Amino acid sequence: MINKNNFLWNAIKLGLLGGTIGIFFSLVGMIEVFSKRDVIENVITLGDFMLLATAAISGFIATRSQTNSKTITTNLVTGTLAGLTTGGLLALFVWVGSQINLRAVFLNASPVLFDLLTYKKGANGAWLLLEYGALAGLIGSLLFGLPEKTRKPLTNTILFLFGMALFSGLFRVVMINQEGGAAKLAKFLFGQTGLTLSGAFIFFIIVAAFTSLWSGQSKKIQGSYARLPKKGQITVRVILIAVLAFIAIALPQISGPFIAQVIVVVCLYAMMGLGLNITLGFAGLLDLGFVAFFAVGAYTVGLLTSYGPFGLEHISFWAAVPIAVLASMLFGAILGLPVLGVRGDYLAIATLGFGEIIRLLAGSDFLAKYFGGPQGIIGIQKPCLGTLEQFVKIDVPRVCDGLEFAGPKEIYYLALASAILIAFIAWRLQSSRLGRAWMAIREDEDVAEALGINLIQTKLLAYVLGAAFAGLGGAIFTVLVGSIFASSMQLNVSINVVAIIIVGGMGSIPGVILGAIALIGLPELLREVSEFRYLLYGITLIIMMLAKPEGLWPSQTILRELKHNEIMPDTESPNIKA
Amino acid sequence: MTSILTAKKVIKRFGGLVAVNSVDFEIPEKSIVSIIGPNGAGKTTFFNCITGFGKIDEGEITFEGTQIHRLRPDQITRLGISRTYQNIRLFPDMSALENILVGQHLFLHSSWISAVLSTPKVRAEEKMALNEAQRLLNFVDLKGKGDMLARNLPYGAQRRLEIARALATQPKLLLLDEPSAGMNPRETEDLTAFIRKLRDELGISILLIEHHMRVVMGISERITVLDYGEKIAEGTPKEIQNNPRVIEAYLGRGAATEGMANAHERFADSKNSKSN
Repeated sequence: MINKNNFLWNAIKLGLLGGTIGIFFSLVGMIEVFSKRDVIENVITLGDFMLLATAAISGFIATRSQTNSKTITTNLVTGTLAGLTTGGLLALFVWVGSQINLRAVFLNASPVLFDLLTYKKGANGAWLLLEYGALAGLIGSLLFGLPEKTRKPLTNTILFLFGMALFSGLFRVVMINQEGGAAKLAKFLFGQTGLTLSGAFIFFIIVAAFTSLWSGQSKKIQGSYARLPKKGQITVRVILIAVLAFIAIALPQISGPFIAQVIVVVCLYAMMGLGLNITLGFAGLLDLGFVAFFAVGAYTVGLLTSYGPFGLEHISFWAAVPIAVLASMLFGAILGLPVLGVRGDYLAIATLGFGEIIRLLAGSDFLAKYFGGPQGIIGIQKPCLGTLEQFVKIDVPRVCDGLEFAGPKEIYYLALASAILIAFIAWRLQSSRLGRAWMAIREDEDVAEALGINLIQTKLLAYVLGAAFAGLGGAIFTVLVGSIFASSMQLNVSINVVAIIIVGGMGSIPGVILGAIALIGLPELLREVSEFRYLLYGITLIIMMLAKPEGLWPSQTILRELKHNEIMPDTESPNIKA
Repeated sequence: MTSILTAKKVIKRFGGLVAVNSVDFEIPEKSIVSIIGPNGAGKTTFFNCITGFGKIDEGEITFEGTQIHRLRPDQITRLGISRTYQNIRLFPDMSALENILVGQHLFLHSSWISAVLSTPKVRAEEKMALNEAQRLLNFVDLKGKGDMLARNLPYGAQRRLEIARALATQPKLLLLDEPSAGMNPRETEDLTAFIRKLRDELGISILLIEHHMRVVMGISERITVLDYGEKIAEGTPKEIQNNPRVIEAYLGRGAATEGMANAHERFADSKNSKSN
């Protein structure tokens, strides 16, 4: 009889779980797609890395969760067994695949996949999977056995290397664009689709040295910063900001239009995220139709500046933006009024409907006279810093005699500046009287009202200001694309924005920005991943909810840290009195 | 003596149930008044009627000459009525200091635009608000706990913080809903002294719902007894202690023959031992 508490049984259980995850990745086609990418060129592909990491993680977790005895032998045996089981399950999968044609049901269970899994050795090569699995599991348990001091820099280094490998194509392109020494260095460090072996080696040494040094020194550096006189602290901060500003200004020129465009999209989502963060994060009012305000901003600018058939006024972008923001605010109030008394789940459904109504109306034949229906609005005048020549003729953009924000490389500055402005406004609002009122409503609406907070006014302001942020985002989106179609205002934009807030940390401004980078920026940069974007979204959301429900960068800790510095100095030590 | 709050023939129904039935009631200025009654007698419902949480069906409530029974809760608070809750209702994920700052909402006037611009006026106002919040924290003996999250405070501290938050609205009338619930005898004694201090030093009228008879009899100047939504007695503590209808309501007919004070002591003690 197997004792259910036996550590071997535990290891097998986790190994089976790892194996199931590996088979799942294989069957949805991830392994096959990812095998086209290298982590280290000619050594390990991204697909291999995923499977090995699965085995190693199941080894690690099995070792961590085994409770019998924490001796080195049992640890290693547990890890190896878990990895072996993971490999075994995959081997079984390969064997079944070689006997039965699984393709009738699972499209991705192709011979190519089985070749990949067995290094082209066919079903007989399945034994290899056992070996690799066991090895990976062993590595996992070894990693657990390492003292915290070594493990942390090591895992950080591996994660960093992995990240470098993912983005190596980008780095390579950017550096080759610089020509000269940079181009040569790029070819030495980065291959076509991953790091070169030498590059991986160099990065490993640099990062390992840096992280192990940093873990010892970070406190010291923070301490010496705190000991600096106030003037010195300001100087340090100014230098830091100057460096960041310089990077931000120079970036699109170095990186080219693709990365600039990705950053613009991240900024747009960050703006929407910061807007929804006011209604949902601060005031606790769920809004699943947030894209509506984005659409209002976009259509207003489109209609006011387009030289196409639906253009109304042909005014300049700069004049159209304030109008667009005001229009979004108006729509925020229009949405807010009827749903003021609606709470919780009902509010979610009501706002969901609002978002869909706006999209359907904009794309409908009924209003096609005004909004272009499914054809959308085209020919939107780009923003121009300088004077536009007098409007001459329809169908021809007006000529700009100054700096024209023609492509992503220029609109980058517009988007970044707007995102920073909005983050600043959100930050000021958060610590204001209004911000506190919003949070009070989020915590307990009745009590907030009983403390003298006017619910109608305060909730409406949350909708209106949130809508303003999204409207500005929509306005910039319009000039980035140069056209608007109702079909780009889909429900999944709203869902993305909600996901950004949840992953980043509800109510946290840096969290929302981080969330936008993680959920929008990374998938845009990793073209291979974008096919599985929603699967990865789902996995990320579930893992976040289980492991870190407060988000990547939760708000309260920061808030309390700030408060600590502000208030603690002029009060005595807290008297311990229950 | 003029009365700060007057209720006339107040009726509150929930469907077929009459929770408050034609109650006349008044609170003299700068006095401590209690409402007592068995569980389900309509005490908290009556509280909710005064603070605007539930609209009354008939009758009228006036506060300092103004009719308040048709106003929203925030408007009633603006006039000068504030309350605490039977089950503590702080903002759990905000710090103690922020809880009090929310209470000061009515006295801060900065618009959101000036807050974004952080004008000197806003900064001065925020600084004043912070000082006031600190002062209130010290007043309820929570000095130095300002940056703790409300939900991390110990029970007694949460009760005191709730009172501090209510005081931040600068009330003329403070409604306390079972403030001594869950407190031990020493804490209860401190609380009694604290309530007296509120009235004597700040001149705030107090309306109390309380089960703890030692507290009620100790500090109330007048007591109103509710039973099944109806007022069955009113008077000084002494009068109430000897009122046979009250004894009957609490303990049944047989108990009316026993000494009321004794019975109440026993009643209070048995309640305490249950809740401990």
